[in-house]
Amino acid sequence: MGFFLETLFGGLMAGMLYSLIALGFVLIYKASGVFNFAQGAMVLFAALAMARFAEWIPKWLGFDNLILANLLAFGVAMALMVVLAWVIERLCLSKLVNQEGITLLMATLGISYFLDGLGQTLFGNDIYSINVGMPKEPAMILEGTFQGGLLISKEDLVAALIAAGLVLALALFFQKTTTGRALRAVADDHQAAQSIGIPLNRIWVIVWSVAGFAALVAGIIWGSKLGVQFSLSLVALKALPVVILGGLTSVPGAILGGLIIGVGEKLSEIYLGSFFGGGIEIWFAYVLALGFLLVRPQGLFGEKIIDRV
Amino acid sequence: MLYRENGQFKTSYAADQQIFPIAQDRLAIGLLLLVAFVVMPMAGSEYLFRAVLIPFLILALAALGLNILVGYCGQISLGTGAFMAVGAYAAYNFMVRIDGMPLIGAMLLGGLTATVVGVLFGVPSLRIKGLYLAVATLAAQFFTDWAFLRISWFTNNSTSGSVSVAGLNVFGLPIESPVAKYLFCLTVVCVFALAAKNLTRTATGRQWMAIRDMDVAAAVIGIRPVYAKLTAFAVSSFIVGVAGVLWAFVHLGAWEPAAFSIDRSFQLLFMVIIGGLGSIMGAFFGAAFIVVLPIILDQVPHLLGIPLSTATTSHLVHMIFGALIVFFLIAEPHGLAKLWSIGKQKLRLWPFPH
Repeated sequence: MGFFLETLFGGLMAGMLYSLIALGFVLIYKASGVFNFAQGAMVLFAALAMARFAEWIPKWLGFDNLILANLLAFGVAMALMVVLAWVIERLCLSKLVNQEGITLLMATLGISYFLDGLGQTLFGNDIYSINVGMPKEPAMILEGTFQGGLLISKEDLVAALIAAGLVLALALFFQKTTTGRALRAVADDHQAAQSIGIPLNRIWVIVWSVAGFAALVAGIIWGSKLGVQFSLSLVALKALPVVILGGLTSVPGAILGGLIIGVGEKLSEIYLGSFFGGGIEIWFAYVLALGFLLVRPQGLFGEKIIDRV
Repeated sequence: MLYRENGQFKTSYAADQQIFPIAQDRLAIGLLLLVAFVVMPMAGSEYLFRAVLIPFLILALAALGLNILVGYCGQISLGTGAFMAVGAYAAYNFMVRIDGMPLIGAMLLGGLTATVVGVLFGVPSLRIKGLYLAVATLAAQFFTDWAFLRISWFTNNSTSGSVSVAGLNVFGLPIESPVAKYLFCLTVVCVFALAAKNLTRTATGRQWMAIRDMDVAAAVIGIRPVYAKLTAFAVSSFIVGVAGVLWAFVHLGAWEPAAFSIDRSFQLLFMVIIGGLGSIMGAFFGAAFIVVLPIILDQVPHLLGIPLSTATTSHLVHMIFGALIVFFLIAEPHGLAKLWSIGKQKLRLWPFPH
């Protein structure tokens, strides 16, 4: 029982991290109908910027304070993501208005190639570390209830809390602010939103910046866990089943989908993995999502797809 | 002036239905085939065959297969690499486990196995569409990556996980030298391109296009979506599987699952989109573009005498590649094949304004 719970908690926390990345997909899809394949590349780019600036800024300015360095690096990296959002909107999206979904998907694949190259040209291609003071040692809880207690990684716990906070903040931003309302209007209907005076271009820059922010947070958390390297951009591929499971247009779907995939992956690896020879984590999420889609094609919370002739 | 169709009258149904109705086109294709089959084997260098022509031909074949699915039937697939892998490993097992299995037999059986797997992963397309389907086909990709890495039966229990074939021959002719390999690939590609072109002009091909343009409307006029979608998946996976066999057997010789990774799937999708969706010629344009561009980009710093490390060069190639893809999508979303047909349109009148 203790072991089962331990796996379950591990899965939930891993799932929270997946939903963090999935959130980036959902935000952009909701507001512009673009399936942003570059989200993974954005995570890598943001994490690289964060790691390198945290290293460079103290050297340039000549001080030695980890917190200040991290804060400054975070600010610079965030500014970079906003510039990036603006450039992408200017040079790419604004020229591709009214194109089919597949063309936009290809464009984001191109962007992702470009960002992978740019990030590694600017910031180098070694493995870098991000040190934001995440607790590394695991903790024991519930020692009284179970024999031996439950081993919980504090780092994962903090990460899950940050992710939950971010999700809450984004939900508030979407529901309570004027900009958030404009974003939801654009998501509902581009033309109608434009006709009541919502500037599409600015909205897209904002959405891509917010997705960049989500990418930065995801990059910092994953980066401090795994180290900042090229494989970080592949983490996004693991978040794809989360998005389709939860529904492309739903923020709660991204969260719940992430949790389901996280738990499913861990439990399947432990309890089914031995039958298949191990390593089934790689495809289990996809097969789970696929099986689910056969029953409910629009995902858990996705908008119902209505066919009209 | 050279490209006028005035005075070319069609006097029989056969003439009306030919693939190239214009005499100049027939001449150009004839010349192209002559160059490909006769001049290239005599003039080409070994590097040209190994690094450019053979990969180009095989990837063009795979792109052709993918184009049937994406361009003609409108079902996006990100799992092409998986179907190539299935073809390659199936053919390998037929070769190794059955004595005296000829190369062509193994190739076709590999293609058939890929067809079965393709139809299996095509079943979800009956329920889900568009981007959801694209992500769903990734399941095929990750599953086969894992299966060929972990299940040792597929690799004939090879310890390193990499498998190889040697002593290829067709009807007793050895396929060992680059020229022989090139000619073999060229023949296969020509046969399949002709077959695919003709298939898209049959009732089945028209059903695919109807499904692509609007599946509900197609169903209303009596096209069975199940049949149309699954035949598209079947034909596409067969061609892709054969391309996988060629890639593994002829181009690589020895390979491991990484040869058919998700990067390969993306690369093929790029070819189809850049070349032109729903065009057989587009597959060739796209493959040429994607194969040749990195080679040229690789050479440019050397030619200019700028010393760059290989890592920097590869990142720069990545960047230029990504930027070019975006540029192409903005400048001509219908691909190189569309540019080609615009050029031909202009040429019909040239040099007169009207």
